[in-house]
Amino acid sequence: MTMSIDSALSLHADALRLREQRTEVLAGNLANADTPGFKARDLDFAGLLARQAAGQSPGAALAATDPRHIGRSALDSPGSAELLYRVPTQSSLDGNTVDPHLEKAAFAENAVRYQATLMILGSRINGLRTAIRGE
Amino acid sequence: MAIERIFDIAGSALSAGSVRLNTVSSNLANAETVSGTPEGAYRARQPVFASVLAGQVGAQTPQSTGVQVLGIAESAAAPRMEYRPDHPEADADGYIYHSNVNVMEQLADLISASRSYQTNVDVMSTARQLLLKTLELGR
Repeated sequence: MTMSIDSALSLHADALRLREQRTEVLAGNLANADTPGFKARDLDFAGLLARQAAGQSPGAALAATDPRHIGRSALDSPGSAELLYRVPTQSSLDGNTVDPHLEKAAFAENAVRYQATLMILGSRINGLRTAIRGE
Repeated sequence: MAIERIFDIAGSALSAGSVRLNTVSSNLANAETVSGTPEGAYRARQPVFASVLAGQVGAQTPQSTGVQVLGIAESAAAPRMEYRPDHPEADADGYIYHSNVNVMEQLADLISASRSYQTNVDVMSTARQLLLKTLELGR
């Protein structure tokens, strides 16, 4: 059986990174709950993870037809994700589209899932350690 | 790492929230003040919030957004006049000018501001928990 440490951890490490980014985005939404004109944003987590697992960089690929073109990979490092705007159900008059309840729920859910990923990652590490020790 | 930036974001929101709580308490404290001139009457203050990019442009996630207070705006509503010739502050026509603070509005704003503040404290403590858990990874 061939199993590298990298492949044993990589998907969950990517998931952890995305969860972390989503936590940040949602914290930004909650921080701007009263900022006029602020538009709530979020990550498409499932889509991003699927693309990451398939080894594609997020966002559309750009063809470099000239050697002087700067590739997208130079602009965004792997793991960075493009943000989508949330479709507001009831935006306020000042143009703010943050729904605090929705964001709080998403934040709590994301925190739990972050911990779940962390736990899985931890048990993977422990499993690998057991395999290495051979006890 | 992005978790640390959450402290910046939530911290900026807490700082903006405290400015908001400050202006609300100042407005409520001055709700009953009077003046002898329309210009001298206390006017309700309100902070103007704007989002600010917390990360550097070109960084891994430049999308993170904190809050900043652009300035304090004063209400342009006309101060309430009252005919009180016996008042020591009364002008030549016997009028005094009350502040234009709407107490009900300020109380509603106070509730909203304290809820936002609580939310950001919660965000910060959750981020702290996640960070501490992450540090224990693989133990």
